[in-house]
Amino acid sequence: MKKIISFLVLIIIFSTCKNETDCCVNLSPITVNLKFTHNWNGVALTAADFNSFKFTTENGETISIERLRYLISNISIGNTIKDYNLVNIGENTGSEITFEEVNQESNLLQFTFGFADEDNIDGVYQDLNSASFNVPSMLGGGYHFMQFDGKYKDTNNQDANFNYHAIRAVDRSDPDNLVFEDTSFKIDLGTIDFTNNATIEVKINIAEWFKNPNTWDLNELNTVLMPNFEAQKLMSANGKSVFSLGEITQ
Amino acid sequence: MNCTSKEEKEDLYTPIPYNLKIPTLFADKLIAPIIPTNNPLTEEGIALGKKLFFDKILSGNGTQSCATCHDPQKAFTDDRQFSDGIDGIFGNRNSMPLFNLAWNFDERFFWDGRALSIERQAFEPVTNPIEMHANWAIVANKLQEHSEYPILFKQAFGTLTIDSTLVTKAIAQFERTIISGNSKFDQFLRGETTLTTEEQNGFDIFMDEARGDCFHCHGSNNNPLWTDNSFHNNGLDTTFSDLGLGAITGDPADNGKFKSPSIRNLVYTAPYMHDGRFSTIEEVINHYSEGLKPSATIDPLMKKVNNGGVNLSAKDKADLKAFLLSLSDLDFINNSNLQE
Repeated sequence: MKKIISFLVLIIIFSTCKNETDCCVNLSPITVNLKFTHNWNGVALTAADFNSFKFTTENGETISIERLRYLISNISIGNTIKDYNLVNIGENTGSEITFEEVNQESNLLQFTFGFADEDNIDGVYQDLNSASFNVPSMLGGGYHFMQFDGKYKDTNNQDANFNYHAIRAVDRSDPDNLVFEDTSFKIDLGTIDFTNNATIEVKINIAEWFKNPNTWDLNELNTVLMPNFEAQKLMSANGKSVFSLGEITQ
Repeated sequence: MNCTSKEEKEDLYTPIPYNLKIPTLFADKLIAPIIPTNNPLTEEGIALGKKLFFDKILSGNGTQSCATCHDPQKAFTDDRQFSDGIDGIFGNRNSMPLFNLAWNFDERFFWDGRALSIERQAFEPVTNPIEMHANWAIVANKLQEHSEYPILFKQAFGTLTIDSTLVTKAIAQFERTIISGNSKFDQFLRGETTLTTEEQNGFDIFMDEARGDCFHCHGSNNNPLWTDNSFHNNGLDTTFSDLGLGAITGDPADNGKFKSPSIRNLVYTAPYMHDGRFSTIEEVINHYSEGLKPSATIDPLMKKVNNGGVNLSAKDKADLKAFLLSLSDLDFINNSNLQE
């Protein structure tokens, strides 16, 4: 009988040990910091570079950037999700997002540029209303995806304004029957193996908005682009190459 | 054993917290107003601030109060291009209307944004030599010697000792209660009334990027402040005699930029612009329609500057004015809580 009891005790002890080993496989969650950095074809760009004709578009126009803010939504690292984030380069706000309690494993990093239709609900986001980021009801309401304002040198080398404002595309050919196209788009930056607290750089190449696949001619498309159905689709196409994965430190 | 004497206990007074009455649309659409943790609103603080706001004791010779240039009947501004101080000297900026200041989220006040809170803003006019031209130490002493003020400060802030910091805190508390949110257009947004055809068309022009495109700087049905509280060069001049924000930041890119005022209550707040150059709403609309002047810092949102502006038709101008007037808030003007 003693032998049987000793045997059972040993089984229990070994079972406990096995459980302890399992415990150690469940790694503690980590903190991940997403950091958005901006560049123009690889040259770093900050608010200090605003208000100066120092950038040249693919089409050859020299531009000065004066205001640039954009919205991303459904930002996810694995199962950890942030609803949305407004980045304002000029005011240096929103360029870092901290995710707590991220599982220490391989996680997919992805987000949406702008709001997908189901999230683009008119007037419901108080912070975005307070930031005057709304889209007029006549264009379907909701929110800007990007407000990018500045000046360019026109064909006469005169200063001219541009308002490269991205929103959900709307065809207003019949004002009583608006036709929408969801021009938000998902950015998939791939799977990252997390082994520790991490900082992930998301690189934004501003030049790509004017470049790929549509070479943007600011002399043709400069202002009043919000109600321009075709222009919105071109912006959406160009935006897909703007975002890329940068340095990962952990 | 309690060491506090009976006399000290009787001196203790706890001010009554005040819940700001936030208009429904503001509560629905906007983030919370800014109430500093070191200056919470109280019944006593607001009452004291109101008394101070209307009291000429703050000026050097006892002839001017805050209300002299910020008349409640004129949406807390005056009707002059420039206001003269106690010595008859005129400034070079138009007196700003005061309302909905607690929703100025960036907390930059004055046309040039030089004051970074309402409390700090309230410091300046008292000592400004071309305004109230007083000395804070003397003002504090006069208040200290006053028959009523010491007990009012005691009730509001727990001390009989009056100084400029507490004076400006009290004034700021009162100013945070100056709220305008019940114009006809607010009532329309709440489903309580309808707009005329002209008002509706005017609103459409306001919101149309291809016509007025006013909404980028002046709010919308979803931002009922009707301002972005930001700073823009709206094409008034080609060169600048007044640098505005640029004089504060030292950044030439900010030259000629001034705060976007709210377009609420325009019927009460003429003349317009930072220098009061426009006497009528029509002149303001004409400026954006045909009068824009190019400069290095003109805001890119002044998109058709090379054509002088957005070139509205006469009908559109009239309708836009009709919409703007629908933002007049008579309840605010007549709010007895805000009168002397």
